[in-house]
Amino acid sequence: MPVTIKVNGVDHPIDATPDTPLLWVIRDHIQMTGTKFGCGMSLCGSCTVHLDGQPIRSCVTPLSAAAGKSITTIEGVNSPAAKAIQQAWTELEVAQCGYCQSGQIMSATALLEQNTDPTDEEINTAMAGNICRCATYVRIRKAIKQAATQLT
Amino acid sequence: MMYTRSSFTAATDNQTSQESVTLSNRRDFLKLMTGVGTGLTIAVNIPPVLAQGSDSGRNRLENTGKDGSFAPNAFIRISSDDKVILVMKHLEMGQGTFTGLSTLIAEELDADWNQIQPEGAPADTARYKNLHWGAQGTGGSSAIANSFEQMRIAGATAKTMLVAAAAIKWQVPAAEISVKKGVVSHDQKGYSARFGELAELAAQQPIPETDSIQLKDPKDFVLIGRSLPRKDRGKTNGSAIYTQDVKMEGLLTTLVAHPPRFGGRLRSFDDSKARTVKGVVNVVKIPSGVAVLAKDFWSAKQGRDLLVLDWDESQAIKQDSKALMDQFKRLAEEPGISARSDGDINASLANAATLIEASYEFPYLAHSAMEPMNCVARVNEQGCEIWNGEQVQSMDQGAVANALGIAPEQVKINMLYAGGSFGRRANPQSDYVLEAAYIAKAVTGTPIKLVWTREDDTRGGYYRPMNFHKIRAGLDDSGNLIAWDQRIVGQSIAKGTAFEAFMVKDGVDATSVEGAYNLPYQIPNFHVDLHTVDLQVPIQWWRSVGHSHTAFSTEVFIDRLARASAQDPVDFRLKLLKQHPRHRGVLELVAKKANWGTPLPKGWGRGVAVHKSFNTYVAQVAEVSLQADGNFKVERVVCAVDCGIAINPDIIRAQMEGGIGFGLSPALMSEITLDESGQVKQSNFHDYQVLRITQMPEIEVHIVASAEPPTGVGEPGTPPIAPAVANALTDLTGQHFNKLPLKLS
Ligand code: FES
Ligand code: FES
Repeated sequence: MPVTIKVNGVDHPIDATPDTPLLWVIRDHIQMTGTKFGCGMSLCGSCTVHLDGQPIRSCVTPLSAAAGKSITTIEGVNSPAAKAIQQAWTELEVAQCGYCQSGQIMSATALLEQNTDPTDEEINTAMAGNICRCATYVRIRKAIKQAATQLT
Repeated sequence: MMYTRSSFTAATDNQTSQESVTLSNRRDFLKLMTGVGTGLTIAVNIPPVLAQGSDSGRNRLENTGKDGSFAPNAFIRISSDDKVILVMKHLEMGQGTFTGLSTLIAEELDADWNQIQPEGAPADTARYKNLHWGAQGTGGSSAIANSFEQMRIAGATAKTMLVAAAAIKWQVPAAEISVKKGVVSHDQKGYSARFGELAELAAQQPIPETDSIQLKDPKDFVLIGRSLPRKDRGKTNGSAIYTQDVKMEGLLTTLVAHPPRFGGRLRSFDDSKARTVKGVVNVVKIPSGVAVLAKDFWSAKQGRDLLVLDWDESQAIKQDSKALMDQFKRLAEEPGISARSDGDINASLANAATLIEASYEFPYLAHSAMEPMNCVARVNEQGCEIWNGEQVQSMDQGAVANALGIAPEQVKINMLYAGGSFGRRANPQSDYVLEAAYIAKAVTGTPIKLVWTREDDTRGGYYRPMNFHKIRAGLDDSGNLIAWDQRIVGQSIAKGTAFEAFMVKDGVDATSVEGAYNLPYQIPNFHVDLHTVDLQVPIQWWRSVGHSHTAFSTEVFIDRLARASAQDPVDFRLKLLKQHPRHRGVLELVAKKANWGTPLPKGWGRGVAVHKSFNTYVAQVAEVSLQADGNFKVERVVCAVDCGIAINPDIIRAQMEGGIGFGLSPALMSEITLDESGQVKQSNFHDYQVLRITQMPEIEVHIVASAEPPTGVGEPGTPPIAPAVANALTDLTGQHFNKLPLKLS
């Protein structure tokens, strides 16, 4: 029995078992590949999307938990906070390989949507679940602060 | 990541002495890499040429691309709509090479940076080889170093032809024409044209001889030396395409069940349950295990979980890491094969006023690129086509051709962005690429995407080798260092691979001892030897290769000697580096910028390390602090780098920051270990811990101004950080460290 999920404002009927992780629904069924697979165990943050505005790890979120909710991915995120984050990311050349960056941006955007003036500690807490093997962390910190100045 | 010629050189900073790979070795290398005698002509010992192979005698029409664009050589295509497509022979894996190579071409072409569009090169060794290797591939921080002249010549050639076209069009002397930011102009007559307008006519101009090309005087550079925006875009909106993102009609996702222990082999399997999973399409046996093919990842994963597998483990490793390390330690009691010997080591040690000895242990390390290994492949009558974050085209092309019994030319490779590699995608056995090819062959006609899970990636081997080092040194009664005797025990990366022919010399793998046997410090009696151990655990280069362990043992030990003789660690080093001005340069700069010698807050310590790798010199000062919970924190790192001409200062800084962060993982927390049954203990980021933002120090990078030819920056930032942190901790606590990851006692 197909369920329907709303991704970036568009309804998608999905024919998959209810335990299928949202990550693979987004990537394989809807064929949107901006959301990345890094660990599959909620350890790295590469797969971060917003579920009703909250950042979640789509690799451990079953399809059944997403049905009827509104999902935003890196392809659709466009709040003022998201735009400020993306712009700061580009200006400071945060990305290296870039593979983790969809997840970093989704986590950082969620942070600024809730708190436009985060402290270093708050940035650390919000971003601690997002691994970057290229270790772009110095610039991630800087870019979040720079983006925050655009929002206050 | 990989070997460069520097690995073979004696202890010297002199660039010209590093050309010691012989022609025959290089030929053998390519032959081995491609698996057959392909008879390719390799440009060796002649100036870097444009990768056309046979420029002379080509007729003019060949300068024209399919769409009437201007394609003067294998690297440049200018279309009538004024786009400048540049073909990138090196893999973009985050290190910024698409930007660096584009800068070199655009500089001499005098293009507008905005009109430049890089694009990955296909596998074509004759055109796109790494001039340091004679084979096509990326590694050893060699991309900019091997291309510096070649890419600029490519750009200058195209510019000459555009100018010739304008001269004909406007009927003016070429010498009166100037080019700036993508515009060709004749000032007196007020003519100007964009590249695109001249493309068609330029394509009809003769290609100038390489010898006649005049490159710019560095003082006239307009792009080189500037922090131009990066060209690998699409990384902030999800549009950049990695191997994991390839879409194709009928593409099946495949996961492979591998043996649980290295050296194990499949005896039999039962796939009846796996085949009942909805979405599973096929199950095939391949040399490395059993592959489950499905319409999507989740079905393939569930299918794989349901396989019943029987492994033959008679040849598998059955020891734990401690037993292996004990074996290494026992070996270290006996002399190994000498890598270098100066003076009389035994007599000098016997006569020393102070004798100091220490040993160092290094675990296996996984690369853990953020994008786990994966590869898309399709086999049909034409051959095999591959989509991959492709790092060594010549090698993978040859390996796949051999495995499938086809010609290397029938293996087409598309190079996509890699979500990191750190050496892993340059596998000397082409491991995961071959796996994809075998699966594609088994389902000929159907494209497949091989996906490794994080667990597959962490347990899949090809680690930075485990190592044991022992160093003894002697000081005379005035505190002068008179003897240094280092013994290294570990597996050889090159042995048994295509690289052995030119990387292993008289039983010594250069990558096992690099950074140690060519220690820059002036020591009259100096000896380094090596024991090579054969084990089933597959190993490979890992960002900075041998330097990832040799920098630690040598720089921690040199600090220890400074302390033992009550000398300042920076002064002690400087005294021993009189013949190495570039080492001194970075060391003096970092000491100044870090305010070396000034007081720190209470509970803080400071340490330094300097190390040259891949012809780039890096010194770092780390500041650490003791935390209330008894742990320590790396607070701040100051870094100085000398990589010759700085092509893009911001990318150099980014690579230093990233290299430091990468090196902090093994310094603070990462290790791969085997349990008593020989199985890898770690599987994912909960037990193979890597650096997170909370552990990242503040970093300050300073670049030494230099007119030397540019060298790489992808790896050299990594080696000095672990010893700098260890030395800072010793400064703080007095404890000596002889093991990574670092732990306070
Ligand atoms: S893939 Fe979901 S947290 Fe790593
Ligand atoms: S940019 Fe490569 S993993 Fe973050």
